[in-house]
Amino acid sequence: MSRGFRGRREPSDEDLPPGQYLTSDFPVLQAGPTPLVRREEWRFTIRTEVGAETSWTWRELLDLPSERPTVDIHCVTRWSKLGTTWQGVSLDTLFEDVETVADHALVRSHGGYTTNLPLEDLLDGKAWIAYRFEGEDLPAEHGGPARLLVPHLYFWKSAKWVSGIDLGHEDEPGFWESLGYHNYGDPWREQRYSDD
Amino acid sequence: MTDTAAGPRPPVRRRARWLAARVVAVRSETSTARTLVLEVPGWPGHVAGQHLDVRLTAPDGYTAQRSYSIAAPADGDRVELTVQRVPAGEVSPYLVDDVLPGDEFEVLGPVGGWFAWHPADGGPVLLVAGGSGIVPLMAMVRERARVADAGRFTLLYSVRGPAEVFYGEELRGLADAEWLDLRMVHTRTAPPGSRAAGRLAAADLTGEVGGRVYVCGPTGFVTAASDLLLAAGHDPANIRTERFGPSGG
Repeated sequence: MSRGFRGRREPSDEDLPPGQYLTSDFPVLQAGPTPLVRREEWRFTIRTEVGAETSWTWRELLDLPSERPTVDIHCVTRWSKLGTTWQGVSLDTLFEDVETVADHALVRSHGGYTTNLPLEDLLDGKAWIAYRFEGEDLPAEHGGPARLLVPHLYFWKSAKWVSGIDLGHEDEPGFWESLGYHNYGDPWREQRYSDD
Repeated sequence: MTDTAAGPRPPVRRRARWLAARVVAVRSETSTARTLVLEVPGWPGHVAGQHLDVRLTAPDGYTAQRSYSIAAPADGDRVELTVQRVPAGEVSPYLVDDVLPGDEFEVLGPVGGWFAWHPADGGPVLLVAGGSGIVPLMAMVRERARVADAGRFTLLYSVRGPAEVFYGEELRGLADAEWLDLRMVHTRTAPPGSRAAGRLAAADLTGEVGGRVYVCGPTGFVTAASDLLLAAGHDPANIRTERFGPSGG
C-alpha cells in the first residue's frame, strides 16, 4: 500500500482494461521522426505467402466503400481514450480478392516500422485502414495519410503511415515485439511485455 | 520506427513482475519536479534511457499506474526517478508533493529497449531535451561520465528559464568535461551572457552529423526538433525519439 495515496476514480474506470487510465487528449508514441508521405505517391500493398501483390493508390482507396467505426483505444504506455471516431476501409474489403491460406501478417509502414499479428485479427470487422479521425483528415503525427486501426489490441499494433501487409506461414516479430513488448498485445489480458 | 540502426541492442526485460520499491531519498529539482531515489531489492538492472512503471495502491485496493523515465544509470538495487508534476494529474502530484523517505510503492521494469544508450554504442551522440525530457537523457550523460572512452556527447537542453533547469549544479560541474558539449537553450528568460532567449533553432544544431540522436520532450518540441535535425542533414534512421504529452500523469 502507498501511504497517503487515495487515487482518483473516474466513473468510467470500469470500462478500462487493467492498468489503464483515461485521457482526453491524444498522446503520440513513436520511435523516430514523423515520415511525410505524399498522397500522390501513397500505395498500400498486400503481398501473399506466394508473392502475389494487390495494390491500391490513394485515389483507389478513397473510392472503396468506407466505414465509420467508433472505438476505444488503449496504448501500452497506459493511456486509454474512449469513443474515438474514425473513417476508413475495412480490411475485409481489401482482402476480398486476396487468395491466401497464411496465418500471420506483418504490417509495414513508411519509415521502416513493422508490427505483427495473426491474420484473423485483421478480418471479420476488426480492423480498418483509417484515413480520417474525428471528422478530419488524419494528421501526420497520428499516422496520416492512413494508418491501420485494430483497436482490440494495444495501439502500437495500429501501425501509423501504413504501407502494406505481408502474409506468411511464419510469425515474424515486428519492431516493438522484438524489443520486449508482447507478441499479441491484448489489453484486457494486460499483455504488455514479452512475458506477460 | 526503423530497425536498420546499427549497434548492439540493449537487453530487454525478461521477467514481468512488480517489485517493492522503498524511497530512500528525495531531492527537489525545481518547484514542480522532484527526484526520488529508490531501493528496489531484486532490480534486474537497466540501460540508460529506459523507463519503468510505477504502481500506487490506495487503502481500498484501488491502483493507479504510470510510466516514468529512469534518471540515472544502473547501480545495483538503486533506481532514481525524476518526476514532473502534471497539473491535475493523479500520480505525479503524489510522487512530487507527498512521498517521504521510507514510503513504499511498486515498480515494474525496466521497460523500453529502443530509446536507450549503452557505452558500447559509442559516439558521437547528440541529445536534445525539451523540459522534463532531460530525464532519460541525463541517465545517458551520467552513464557516459562514468566510462572512460565512449565518444563525444552534445547535450542541447531547452527550458523556459533558469528556474526550470533540472540537475543544474551537476550540469555546471560537467561544463568543462572534454567529452561533453552542453548547450542551454532558454526559450523565454535567458540569463545574462548566454544565448538570447528563443526557441530551438537551426543555429543551435550546428556540428557533426552522422551519429545517433536522441530527442525527448513534449510532442510539439520533439516534432519541431526532429524537423530541424532532418533539415540539418541527420538521417531519420539515426534519430530516436520519446514523447510525452499532458496525458493526466
